Amino acid sequence: MAIWIEEDAKILVQGITGKQGTFHATKSAEFGANVVGGVTPGKGGQTADLGIIQVPVWNTMTEAITETDADASVIYVPPRFAGAAIIEAADAFKSVKGSGVIVCITEGIPTLDMVKATAHVRGIEGVRLIGPNCPGIITPSETGGAKIGIMPGSIHAKGRIGVVSKSGTLTYEAVAQTMSINEGQSTCVGIGGDPVNGTGFIDCLSAFEADEQTVAVVMIGEIGGTAEEEAAAWVAENMSKPVVGFVAGMTAPPGKRMGHAGAIISGGKGTASEKVTAMEAAGIRCANDPSEIGVVLLKALQDAGLR
Amino acid sequence: MNIHEYQGKGLFRDAGLPVVAGVHCTTVEQALSAYDDLASKIVAVKSQIHAGGRGKGVLYNPETGAEVMQGGVKIAFNRDDVETYATNLLGNKLVTKQTGEAGKIVNNLYIESGCAIAHEYYLAILVDREEKMPLIMASTEGGMDIEEVAESTPEAIHKIHVDINAGVTDAQASGLATALGLDGAASDSFVTMLQGLFTLFVEKDCAMVEINPLVRTKDDEMVLLDAKVSFDENALFRHPDIVELRDLSEEEGTEIRAKEAGLSYVKLDGNIGCLVNGAGLAMATMDVIKLYGGEPANFLDVGGGADEQQVETAFSIIMEDPNVKGILVNIFGGIMRCDIIARGVIAATEALGLEDPLVVRLVGTNFEEGRAILAASDLNIHTAETLAEGAEKIVSLIGGGQ
Repeated sequence: MAIWIEEDAKILVQGITGKQGTFHATKSAEFGANVVGGVTPGKGGQTADLGIIQVPVWNTMTEAITETDADASVIYVPPRFAGAAIIEAADAFKSVKGSGVIVCITEGIPTLDMVKATAHVRGIEGVRLIGPNCPGIITPSETGGAKIGIMPGSIHAKGRIGVVSKSGTLTYEAVAQTMSINEGQSTCVGIGGDPVNGTGFIDCLSAFEADEQTVAVVMIGEIGGTAEEEAAAWVAENMSKPVVGFVAGMTAPPGKRMGHAGAIISGGKGTASEKVTAMEAAGIRCANDPSEIGVVLLKALQDAGLR
Repeated sequence: MNIHEYQGKGLFRDAGLPVVAGVHCTTVEQALSAYDDLASKIVAVKSQIHAGGRGKGVLYNPETGAEVMQGGVKIAFNRDDVETYATNLLGNKLVTKQTGEAGKIVNNLYIESGCAIAHEYYLAILVDREEKMPLIMASTEGGMDIEEVAESTPEAIHKIHVDINAGVTDAQASGLATALGLDGAASDSFVTMLQGLFTLFVEKDCAMVEINPLVRTKDDEMVLLDAKVSFDENALFRHPDIVELRDLSEEEGTEIRAKEAGLSYVKLDGNIGCLVNGAGLAMATMDVIKLYGGEPANFLDVGGGADEQQVETAFSIIMEDPNVKGILVNIFGGIMRCDIIARGVIAATEALGLEDPLVVRLVGTNFEEGRAILAASDLNIHTAETLAEGAEKIVSLIGGGQ
């Protein structure tokens, strides 16, 4: 099963004719993702050349979903247009098929644009937003899989570990760690490093808990906000599957934004040590070092009788 | 992006929000003529730096380190007081709870008319990440450190979440006024002020507006006696007027240069420089250096698609820090190919004449090629397969922990 995105999910690319859009859509297609077309306002009717396939371009998401019955869209449009692109996609999925997954890769979207966009998406049942400022979501298959985003496809393999993370390359590190103990992934979700985002840790954890393919979850947090603490409380109450974790930023100084817009310790809140304490209190085993995630995961699987 | 109080007050004044008269000054002479112009018997002489806790801060002579004066915000009762305070503030180093020991040199003053205060309140508007909505926080404990209030008497802080499309409704604003014990004219004044301030928060894409204190005057008017305003950097493209308020002298020079090169850099106090792709991995790299007994000298994220040139700029920024005794490069190649990084590392170390030990860890796309390129060079580059191994190596190469 995997979560939210099936291996053969039909994918649209918003901003497909832009440099980033074309490049990453091509990588997704090469990996075996089912890219069915894209949207760039004013370029409807053109064809996007993704190397191994040529796909149609539409002016609007409504046309594109109507023509392709797409399951998901991925957004590569520049920050100033991304909030509107999310809202357009949400409305189109709602009106054409009643459901859809929107994955926003764009970094640098104004926070208040995201406040408006998330408020809009929240009001539409059946439509999910992942990101922004994230690597995307991938459900690996035997032969490739649904790679919706900028992650390197080749490091993944189909398996039974769910991965959820605020960070990009640290997610790849976590994926490599699952592979180091011969475990593949059910679905990997990058929820992004912005202060205001769509899908959160708890959404992912509860989907992994319900997913038959997933037996354990790796959760990667970082400084800023209290999402990790809230997720830990949720895990303690609701999660039967083992969860292992890592939180980046133990050495981050307060008041300094560490790359991601949301990665900041402010008003004494959002420290890594608070997060790790909350996670461990909830039974989430945390690695001190990303190179140890594999070992910690293996131990958790063994203790649960899964290895 | 932060601005000074006097600039924040200017925005408030333009928006029709209640502030008292004040003048921005950079010299003692200007301060004295401001005092004359304001024609207020009592004035506040306020140092302008991008940090809070000014009132309880201490001024030091930047050369000798000798203490000059207690308090970065002073109440002057006459012209001589203004002269004394302005002289003691300007050009001296103000150390507050928020500046750290390094402090900030005071280059700007704000001379503000006095006002008859009946009570001080706290008011802030920010975005609540978890609720994904703007949040207004207010308390009757104005002038206090709000973090201490939150710790000791959290029930004293009143919070309302605001629908960004609807704005602050009359019911919400008057409800908050009541919670703060305001009624009659003071309540009406509060409602108008709060709705105006929220509109400003949204229109200017503020990250935070903090007013501490907001005061009720003896005439039952609400006045914004403080203005700590910061803006969302990601939204500055639509606010050229705000960009003009930027005071680069208040920001870290290297961090500005890094940003211009598309890099994200934060200077720290240790001696192991690090160059990493991805913010989360960059933080994790710092953490693991610490875990192995070292101290990171910086956070540096070269981003997802850095080229040779950016790698070289990144090296030059790291090497500018005289504390750096060794460098750890940690790259998980995804979109970024390890062979390109390896060439960038070699080009940079040659161009910059790096003599300090360098440990490079490359994984992901084309890592074999990358490692081979490094191995074939005759430069003093050590390689590592895992982050832990890399951290251990660099710590031992610089002669152990600090």
